Amino acid sequence: MKVLTLNFLTCARKTCKQNPAAFPLHPKEAELEQIETDINPLFIQNMLPRLDWEAMKTVTNELGLPNLPLETPTAEALVDESSGEPSQTLKDLHSLLMETSVASGKLVCANCGHEYAVKEGIANFLLPSHMV
Amino acid sequence: MLPTPSTSHVDYDRIYEPAEDSYLLLDTLSSPSEVEFLSKQFPQSEIAPLVLEVGTGSGVVLAFVTGNAGHIFGRNDVATLGVDVNEFACEGTIQTVQGAVKDAAAASGNPGQFLECCKGDLTSAVKPQSIDVLIFNPPYVPTEHLPILTGMNYDSAMTSSQKFERDSHLLSLSYAGGADGMETTNRLLDELPVVLSHRGIGYVLLCAQNRPHDVIARIQAWTGDWTAEIVGSSGKKAGWEKLCILRIWRREPCP
Repeated sequence: MKVLTLNFLTCARKTCKQNPAAFPLHPKEAELEQIETDINPLFIQNMLPRLDWEAMKTVTNELGLPNLPLETPTAEALVDESSGEPSQTLKDLHSLLMETSVASGKLVCANCGHEYAVKEGIANFLLPSHMV
Repeated sequence: MLPTPSTSHVDYDRIYEPAEDSYLLLDTLSSPSEVEFLSKQFPQSEIAPLVLEVGTGSGVVLAFVTGNAGHIFGRNDVATLGVDVNEFACEGTIQTVQGAVKDAAAASGNPGQFLECCKGDLTSAVKPQSIDVLIFNPPYVPTEHLPILTGMNYDSAMTSSQKFERDSHLLSLSYAGGADGMETTNRLLDELPVVLSHRGIGYVLLCAQNRPHDVIARIQAWTGDWTAEIVGSSGKKAGWEKLCILRIWRREPCP
């Protein structure tokens, strides 16, 4: 479960849908792993504006990862001014969003308290029938 | 001709094997008319599109879309996400998509960015208004009963007859659609206006017994300028499994 994906997921219970506390889900007892992937600068640049940055900051903080900038980095901050190459900010964001994954642990809804298990990188959002 | 992803690692005793319906989705999504529509709907100047496939099965469709993102969308900053109720399908999908991305990169193609395949029921765990393209090849065969979604045992310590029963149940989830073959599709259609973004598009496969024209009429009655159109079809005219793909979208993207 990539850190980026957590920006697109919420509690699966119908009763939580309208409640702002159901997003983002909060990682608990998370084992992290780093999986190297090729950097795609355009992807990071065009993904950033659609992210809920407050949720990104909450999740990275709870995972004990280095603090994110206070505001979404601008497109200019992603390119090294002198060389035109990807900046350190871009490389750090690629590493955080695309390479840092929850290998195992739980994702907790702050509204209902339900815990979704993550095993071998796969999160399970199926609810027991009495909770649907 | 775009490459079809390899699914040779997938166990078809418990995961739906790619068939005519899967290939119709591949052909439709990469057809000149859909490629043109998608590149207009998601111009390169706009934020990165997020694609979700519901019920990935072997992963062949999601792998095709991810591996060929550059061709289909005219851009490679496309994120893809899958969900399936079957844990084995999630594992298989991850392998299929990763293989297709690797093959595409090696063939100097232009793959998108695969995020994840989660276990879940339709779009229940997806943040509202976040999906730009949703793809669904549903369990569309009319059946007397709809198999239940939960309570599957994935423990390895099972007798072979228990395993056989579980695997049959998992397979039934991939095709058994209940009344008119529409019980699961109707639930997904109800979720579409919630989960799709302002520019979002749904691609949903139907068979003739699902009465596609009735489905289109119902969608056009939704509040908010929704419409649907058949953008791909296949199958023998006299055969009971004539298939088609609906594109579902808002005529005027809401602000």
